[in-house]
Amino acid sequence: MSVFNTTTNYQKPSSEGYYGDFGGAYIPEMLYENVETLKVQYLQIMEEPAFKAEVAALLKDYVGRPTPLFLAERLSKEIGATIYLKREDLCHTGAHKINNTIGQIILAQRLGKTKIIAETGAGQHGVATATVCALKGMECVVYMGEKDIERQAPNVARMKMLGAKVVPAKSGSKTLKDATNEAIRAWINEPNETHYIIGSVVGPHPYPDMVARFQSVISEEVRKQLYEKTGSELPTHVVACVGGGSNAAGAFYHFLNEPTVELIAVEAAGHGVHSGMSAATTQLGTPGILHGSKSILMQTKDGQVVEPHSISAGLDYPGIGPLHAFLYESKRGTFMSATDEEALESAFHISKIEGIIPALETAHAFSVLPKMGLKPTDVVVVCLSGRGDKDLDTYMKFIKD
Amino acid sequence: MSRLKKLFEVQQHRVLNVYCTAGYPQLNSTLLVMKSLQENGANIIEIGMPYSDPLADGEVIQVSSHIALENGMTIEVLFDQLSKMRETIHIPVVLMGYMNPILQYGFDQFCKKAKEVGVDGLILPDLPLYEFEHLYGKAIKENELDFIFLVTPETPTERLQKLDSLSSGFLYAVSSSATTGTDKDFSKVATYLQKLQSAGLKNPFLVGFGIKDKASFDAVSAYSNGAIIGSAYINALSKGDNVETITKQFLNSVLN
Repeated sequence: MSVFNTTTNYQKPSSEGYYGDFGGAYIPEMLYENVETLKVQYLQIMEEPAFKAEVAALLKDYVGRPTPLFLAERLSKEIGATIYLKREDLCHTGAHKINNTIGQIILAQRLGKTKIIAETGAGQHGVATATVCALKGMECVVYMGEKDIERQAPNVARMKMLGAKVVPAKSGSKTLKDATNEAIRAWINEPNETHYIIGSVVGPHPYPDMVARFQSVISEEVRKQLYEKTGSELPTHVVACVGGGSNAAGAFYHFLNEPTVELIAVEAAGHGVHSGMSAATTQLGTPGILHGSKSILMQTKDGQVVEPHSISAGLDYPGIGPLHAFLYESKRGTFMSATDEEALESAFHISKIEGIIPALETAHAFSVLPKMGLKPTDVVVVCLSGRGDKDLDTYMKFIKD
Repeated sequence: MSRLKKLFEVQQHRVLNVYCTAGYPQLNSTLLVMKSLQENGANIIEIGMPYSDPLADGEVIQVSSHIALENGMTIEVLFDQLSKMRETIHIPVVLMGYMNPILQYGFDQFCKKAKEVGVDGLILPDLPLYEFEHLYGKAIKENELDFIFLVTPETPTERLQKLDSLSSGFLYAVSSSATTGTDKDFSKVATYLQKLQSAGLKNPFLVGFGIKDKASFDAVSAYSNGAIIGSAYINALSKGDNVETITKQFLNSVLN
């Protein structure tokens, strides 16, 4: 497999979109023109001063960036290290997802597209997409697993209120994987006028790189904010949850080439890594191809994709972005996991000691803090990727009077 | 000379390739389906290797793939079923499938085994040109398998020439950018096919996606070497129990 350029610059995949052996664009010919157009133009458009200015203005005045870097004092005391929370939950629409959709909607306009499609798991990316479509007056169709539509009802209502059409994905496990299949099929059926806003660092090249770049604003801000607070731009650890891996990619991005910073990716172990009801991709997966890129995925020995399980819809995905697969394989990243139960416990605990109700996805990231063997001198940044309002139905089932 | 090449030497018009998912409707239907197709006038048999996430396929083939997987179909089982096919099947056979199950089986091993059982060609819609040239094409050629690339109305001329030069057997002309089993307006398709006819391609081309009956088969055959039918045949199979009767009726209705 050494024909693919193995880069040691983790921020730069090869020209064909490979991070080591992972990545590429394994797509049917029907999508070639669209993906090729993106591939040829995305960097050029993203580097244009006018584009950058438009994105920056919206991130500031519409999204509310920069998001604060908050010193969590009670949590720090409990863990025995300095813990900062990057407050992506304070973004407009309640999660980091909008960093990417703002960038992609302006890109779609530059490409002359009139219609937007998207997939969504927890509904955060769907809401973030519906929001920017409303902002820019674009038609919006969001594909969402039937099972996720049930467990994330408030986000479905939000998308509809924002004028988006929500189409249930009824195939397979009826979750994020299948919503992604349906979105890709929809794109195949009307490629010319439509732009597909993928919500994570997955999919064919250039999506993993493009989404990582749009999300990289997270770590760009962290460096500045950390310098202001501690006199150093570099923490000892960055912790983020990983489904496909967009918030982790954004939180890691400007630390990828800083070898002293440990990057901790937290996967969803569901009922337990080896319970048969899990979404801990790197622990259970093997190299394979899903949704247009080569990465690590959960599959049978015959190469059929396995249906994952996580209590959090946003992490309920059998794959992982190719950048993360490379971080795992090269050991640049440390991959840990948290079970449904641990995540729930963390969600309740963080709510009580910091006054912040995190999303179920984010709660997984908090669960590993006590297991990391942190020292008092450690400075840890946790990406607080989203707020927990959308998960209240789930949380209410576990509230003890 | 490959069976596909021989076929197109003797027949340039109205070549009919019929697709069926391996292990559908029953796990052991594969050979019966193939025999019935051969007996009733199909010129090429395309066997689909079922995958859990078939991106290029519409609902009909998604469902047949799901049922085939439930029936227990795997690449290993398929090669077992095909191991004696050349005792009865003399027309060209191509395998269609997605990359992931093949990678797990082992790509080189897959090509070797395909040749061994008498498969003539491969259609792998999610194997891209770059990876074909740099990684996978070698094993395909070493095992003397034809490789059939897809082309669409949006494929630029230069790329069309390149895909044609790397293909052998035939080219798979997708009638319009869509998943399989979508209805088409064939008056629009005609313009595209006329363009392909005058492109100076080295390979013959068959038109697929949306071909479902005599009318659509006739319409595209007028401007091509023939057509590929998939979803419509699977639909027919899903409506009854007797594979032989259904196949006979279906092919009669398309060809006559």
